[in-house]
Amino acid sequence: MKLNMEREELTMVEFAFIALTVMAISSAILALEAKEVVYGAISLAIMLMAMAGFFILLDAPFVAMFQIIVYVGAVAVLILFTVMLVRRDKWLKPPVSGLTVVGIITGLILASTFGLLLINSTLGSVVVSSGSVSFMLIGVELISEYWVALEVLALLLAVSLIGALTLAKIEEEDK
Amino acid sequence: MESALQYLIVSVALFAIGVYGLIAKRNAIRLLFSIEIIANSAILNLVVFSRYLAVSNVTGRVFALFAIALLAAEAVVGLSLILAAYRIRKDIDVLEMREMRG
Repeated sequence: MKLNMEREELTMVEFAFIALTVMAISSAILALEAKEVVYGAISLAIMLMAMAGFFILLDAPFVAMFQIIVYVGAVAVLILFTVMLVRRDKWLKPPVSGLTVVGIITGLILASTFGLLLINSTLGSVVVSSGSVSFMLIGVELISEYWVALEVLALLLAVSLIGALTLAKIEEEDK
Repeated sequence: MESALQYLIVSVALFAIGVYGLIAKRNAIRLLFSIEIIANSAILNLVVFSRYLAVSNVTGRVFALFAIALLAAEAVVGLSLILAAYRIRKDIDVLEMREMRG
C-alpha cells in the first residue's frame, strides 16, 4: 500500500490511522477465530472502539460518541451476557469443515475485487471537502429534514424491545 | 496521503472478514459477530463519503447515526432469537437447525 512510501515523515494522524487499522482488522479476525466465544465478544468490543477511533479521525466526533455509547456501552455488554448464557464446551474445538476453505476463498476474492476496483478508481485523489460540522447542525438536520425517519426509528426500537421481551419469555413447551 | 482511499481499503478488508465469518462459522453468535463487522464497515463508508465527497456533509453522518441505532435494534432481536433457540434446542449450531427447511 501507499502507506509505506513516506515512512520518514509519519505524522500523528497517519500513525493513529495505522494503529487503528491494525487494531480493527486483527481484533475482527480474533473475534471470529478466538477459541472461547467470550474472548471473541471482548475482541468485537475492541473492534467497535477502533471504529470509533476512525470516526474521530474522520472529523465525526458525534458519530464516534454515539458508537461508543450504543455499541461498546450497550450492544457489546448485551452480547457478552448472551455469550455467557449460551456457553457450551462443544465450541472449544470447532469442527474443521470445507466451509472454512470456501469462506476464505470467497473473502479473498471479494477483498481483491473491491480493492482493485477502488485502487483503480479516482477516489485516491479526493481531498477533504470540509472539516467538522457542529453538533447543532446535526441536531437541526435530524429534527427538520429527517424527523419522519427519527419517529419511525423510535417506533422500531420500541417494537424490537417488545419483540425481544416476547421472545425471551418462550418456554420449552415444544416437546 | 490523506485520502478517502485508505479508509475504503480498511472497510473492504473488514467486509471480507465478515463475509468469511458468515460462510465458515456454525455458531450463531459468531454469525452475529460477522453481521456486526459487515455493518460497521458500511457505517465507515457512510462517514468517509460524508467527509470526502458530499457538498453539505451532514447527511452521511446523520445516516450513520440512523444505521447505528438500527443495528442496536437488530442485535437485540438477534440475541433474543439465539436465546430462544438455545432454550428450546439446547444448541446454537445453525447447521443443526433444520426444522424450517422446506
